Amino acid sequence: MARIAGIDLPKNKRGEIGLTYIFGIGRSTAQYILSKAEIDFDKKVSQWNDGEQTAIRNIINNEFKVEGALRSEVQMNIKRLLDIACYRGLRHRKGLPVRGQRTRTNSRTRKGKRKTVAGKKKAPKK
Amino acid sequence: MGRSIKKGPYVDVKLEEKVLTINEGKSKKAVLKTWSRRSTITPDFVGHTFAVHNGNKFIPVYVTEFMVGHKLGEFAPTRNFKGHSGQKK
Repeated sequence: MARIAGIDLPKNKRGEIGLTYIFGIGRSTAQYILSKAEIDFDKKVSQWNDGEQTAIRNIINNEFKVEGALRSEVQMNIKRLLDIACYRGLRHRKGLPVRGQRTRTNSRTRKGKRKTVAGKKKAPKK
Repeated sequence: MGRSIKKGPYVDVKLEEKVLTINEGKSKKAVLKTWSRRSTITPDFVGHTFAVHNGNKFIPVYVTEFMVGHKLGEFAPTRNFKGHSGQKK
């Protein structure tokens, strides 16, 4: 069982994919880490030996911000926007899309489930 | 896409001049009225209050050091949505 950055990696996956279960590591970062540690991308997580695991751990510790530290950094950045009350901060506060997307329709990810407004007329059918 | 680094941040020339004269102590003015929402806030602006036009009136914006790098217009919202009629809270 490989445990890296406080996360249990799925042991049956290829190393390249397994590493992406860590928050802050995607495909390209995973590939970078494996090639730097000189491990084959196709090698399963369960087949890594202790030396390889330590190598991966060291690379992540020294070069990347992952998991808790990264999450808190993101939160800090959002908090800064909220505190200075700029446009992006206001959008965060209201739970609306921040980057200028339309809100007439869609943007359900930010807005959440549809809230039906009572008394609103439906478009007449013709 | 962001602005090219080569050009440096955009600041309205007149506005920058005004801020610099105040910084040098040549003239005193508490609030700087400006329509230049597109100007980037530079470190020189910190500590000043700007009255930024939002298309209707001037919104007072006190600049702190965290605001450096943003544009003045980001702090003066142009839309004021109070909610739909008859909507209960």
